[in-house]
Amino acid sequence: MEILKYILKRILQTIPLLIIVSLISFFIIRLSPVDPLAELRLNPSVSKETLQRETERLGLDKPIIIQYGKWAKSFVKGDLGVTSNGELVSAKLKERIPNTLLLTVIVIFLSWSVGVPLGILAAINWKSPLDRLLTVLTSIGMAIPSFFFAVLLLIFAVKTGWFPVGGLTSSNFLEMSFGEKVFDITRHLVLPVTVLFTLSLAGLQRQMRANLLDVLDSDYVKFARAKGLSEFKVIFKHALRNAINPMITLLGFEFAGLLSGAALTEYVFQYPGLGRLILEAVLKSDINLVMASLMMGAIMLVLGNLIADILLIITDPRIRQKNGGQA
Amino acid sequence: MIRDLFKQLMKDKFAKIALILLGIIYFMLLFADFIAPYTKDFSDRSMAYVPPSQIFTIDENGKFSRPYTYNYKRDFDMDELRIVYSLDRSQKHYLKFFAKGEPYKFLGLIPMQRHLVTTDVDGRLFLLGTDINGRDVFSRILFGGRISMTIGFLALFVLFPIGLLYGGIAGYFGGKVDAVMMRFAEAVMSIPSFYLLIILASILPAGMTSIQRFMLIVVILALIGWAGFARVVRGMVLSVKNQEFVQAARSIGASRLRIIVKHILPQTTSFVIVAMTLSVPSYILSESGLSFLGLGIQQPDASWGNMLKEAQEYTNIIYRPWLLTPGFLIFIAVLSFNLIGDAVRDILDPKSKVR
Repeated sequence: MEILKYILKRILQTIPLLIIVSLISFFIIRLSPVDPLAELRLNPSVSKETLQRETERLGLDKPIIIQYGKWAKSFVKGDLGVTSNGELVSAKLKERIPNTLLLTVIVIFLSWSVGVPLGILAAINWKSPLDRLLTVLTSIGMAIPSFFFAVLLLIFAVKTGWFPVGGLTSSNFLEMSFGEKVFDITRHLVLPVTVLFTLSLAGLQRQMRANLLDVLDSDYVKFARAKGLSEFKVIFKHALRNAINPMITLLGFEFAGLLSGAALTEYVFQYPGLGRLILEAVLKSDINLVMASLMMGAIMLVLGNLIADILLIITDPRIRQKNGGQA
Repeated sequence: MIRDLFKQLMKDKFAKIALILLGIIYFMLLFADFIAPYTKDFSDRSMAYVPPSQIFTIDENGKFSRPYTYNYKRDFDMDELRIVYSLDRSQKHYLKFFAKGEPYKFLGLIPMQRHLVTTDVDGRLFLLGTDINGRDVFSRILFGGRISMTIGFLALFVLFPIGLLYGGIAGYFGGKVDAVMMRFAEAVMSIPSFYLLIILASILPAGMTSIQRFMLIVVILALIGWAGFARVVRGMVLSVKNQEFVQAARSIGASRLRIIVKHILPQTTSFVIVAMTLSVPSYILSESGLSFLGLGIQQPDASWGNMLKEAQEYTNIIYRPWLLTPGFLIFIAVLSFNLIGDAVRDILDPKSKVR
């Protein structure tokens, strides 16, 4: 019950946060000298009525505070306006967000299932050649610019022809059977996942190693060892449980990092995700789309942190105690 | 303290190599005008996408000779439908050291004409080939490096005072001030940083001079990073603000700003040094990413990121791999900064064992 109360409190806290985020984004975008409807006006296929409706919806003839109010009201209602091509922004987002989520979830899953064991391995063999090797490798992994790595992988893909070089699906995707579809998407995902996986693996491995080393230094681990427990039990039963908690907090941050890192990777691989959408919107100064995808990015990030916090409450009883009184 | 730090750094094998590498890079960038055979804007339109010049020291008779190079001549391959370059062996162009070439201002002050290495007037010396406009990639790497390798530092010098003061004030005052200031910082951190970066870069008005653009990109990079830094500073301030030396300062009637700036913030020095060395690479990467997308440093100015923009085309990366050199340089620079940062942290914060 206490847990539920705390989770509810934590969820309520995100609301003012999102309001401030929306205020910041709104003012940044409105401060720019760009006419939000310029593209729409130039597009001959957009009717006068649509234009009029947009002007009214955004309240462009009113002061900026009222504009924000209008925008916020329609955002909450789910009306995000139209893009400069006249498409619905919400439809566009619905199409792109799952793709970015698919990419990030796969990357997080893979990098955790490889990075955490490698971090443990390095910490157990502290200062051994294996540990040194892993440190050098992670340094290299952290130093490669994501877009450059992506470009190098593209050369590889073009030269060998093993992987398709862009998008998420082949042109004949709709004619495929279910199995073929899954295989096709997997083939398209290999390269972008490789880039993002390399990026996040390095940081994760280092963090895990540092946490475990810290914990292995503490008194209760020394006590467990002195008690004569096997090294396996000391590490996996006592040390690891405490070393993994900071990693869960990191999960939220990692989600944020991946959203940012994914933008460049998506751009190079022409992957139809949120990052590329916002980039194209920015380049076309498509204000509605920029504003909506910025908010979506922020919401995804806040949700990522929220999930991490909730997981932390479940795994770490100390936090429950601090926040819930008695537990 | 700085000298001690440096001495200890030189004891670390990796940090030593990294320091030497960065030393060489910055030395070359400082004397870029002299080392580069051409100026930043030199272009020979008939020489677009020329491969790197080949330098010969043994002539056609098998004898040693002064180093010389051949120009490339352009042909059209009818079978593959593309332009191919082959060596024009009719005329040798000897390399000339410390000879006169394009005029420039040494260190921006002294007018000079001598370059480290050039060739004769008809000859072309493209050590790393040319780009689409027939500009020398090697020269542009040197000039672009000046931008790419300084922008991160400048951003840090804008960001750290802001972050320190913001975190210091929030932590010291506490209560409502702290709550409001931290909610705002958290909100800034809740916007995916790269999204914020491209949006801020895209609202820059067109038609700015390259210096203005450079300065504004510095400011934008700083706007992205201050929040996270301020939050850590606040945490540190909270932990020291009730110690005796702060109470002593308060009892002699020091103003609150003075206590924050003179007494509390100096406690965070070693953290600041570590955080600075560790965050230089991320700003170098951000700038290059931004310029790669065409939102950062604009043509005709060079930066390592915008030189890589040409690598976005498949034909370029497959037939003209020399255009990828700036990418390797970014990699080397970032790796070196990371290694130094790790070593600095080990020295200043011996408890942490991240390395």
